[in-house]
Amino acid sequence: MIGLEHYLTVAAVLFVIGIFGLFLNRKNVIILLMSIELMLLAVNINLVAFSSFLGDLVGQVFTLFVLTVAAAEAAIGLAILVVFFRNRGTIDVEDVNAMKG
Amino acid sequence: MTVFAFYLFAISAITGGLFTVLSRQPVHSVLWLILAFLSSAGLFILLGAEFIAMLLVIVYVGAVMVLFLFVVMMLDVDFAAMKADMARYMPLGLLFGLIILMQFVMAFGAWDANAAAEGLRAQVTPTDMHNTQALGMILYDEYWLLFQLSGLILLVAMIGAIVLTMRHRTGIKRQDAITQMMRDPAKAMELKDVKPGQGL
Repeated sequence: MIGLEHYLTVAAVLFVIGIFGLFLNRKNVIILLMSIELMLLAVNINLVAFSSFLGDLVGQVFTLFVLTVAAAEAAIGLAILVVFFRNRGTIDVEDVNAMKG
Repeated sequence: MTVFAFYLFAISAITGGLFTVLSRQPVHSVLWLILAFLSSAGLFILLGAEFIAMLLVIVYVGAVMVLFLFVVMMLDVDFAAMKADMARYMPLGLLFGLIILMQFVMAFGAWDANAAAEGLRAQVTPTDMHNTQALGMILYDEYWLLFQLSGLILLVAMIGAIVLTMRHRTGIKRQDAITQMMRDPAKAMELKDVKPGQGL
């Protein structure tokens, strides 16, 4: 029988893969954004799993809002990426040093 | 059957996630991420959250991932060079991944549902209606303010994306509506009375 722990394990593994991706693709901002999407997906799986096993619908409402914010974040992130590429001709994170931070 | 479906979706979601991160071509990454999202939608259906599952397929796979695909194809970047020093970051990434995974394992190992948790539910899932209907009932009833706010977030994101990526290039011909409307026949053309046999 599939219990709550199974879903939590899948979500935890997906989250860790997301973090792993952040470390591995230090240069490619597109894959960094995709890793963030993966982590948000893991969070959504957690929310829906708890919502389903507890019988509380609020978890799914929260998932809706997380989806909304993730979509907005992806749109803005990609827009910034396109503008950055136009100005600098690269999407390497290590080249983002115009402000000498 | 449910057990088989769970393991199928779980394994394909994790495989999709792993290859999203490891793939050499960003286009392949996007496609693997689509696989991860589709399998997660399957997991959501197994959990009884059909509406979220369909939302994931339509909004994520249909819109966000296609946006990613467009951007990946639009940018002319040498992606092979970017992957060159992936091996350099591999040990650090594995170390941090393992540490965080261990933390998750420890947290889940010690975790136990409180007996009073059932009594603390904010919205008990109704059993006499579909998931979509129940979600709509509480979304428009209890959480309408957050719902409106999320619409506002999407509006801001849309305006932001347009403002960021719009550029006014100089030296190209474009339509000028005001000049176009201010033109009248008197300014636009001149009538000449051409005499026969003389020409202009």
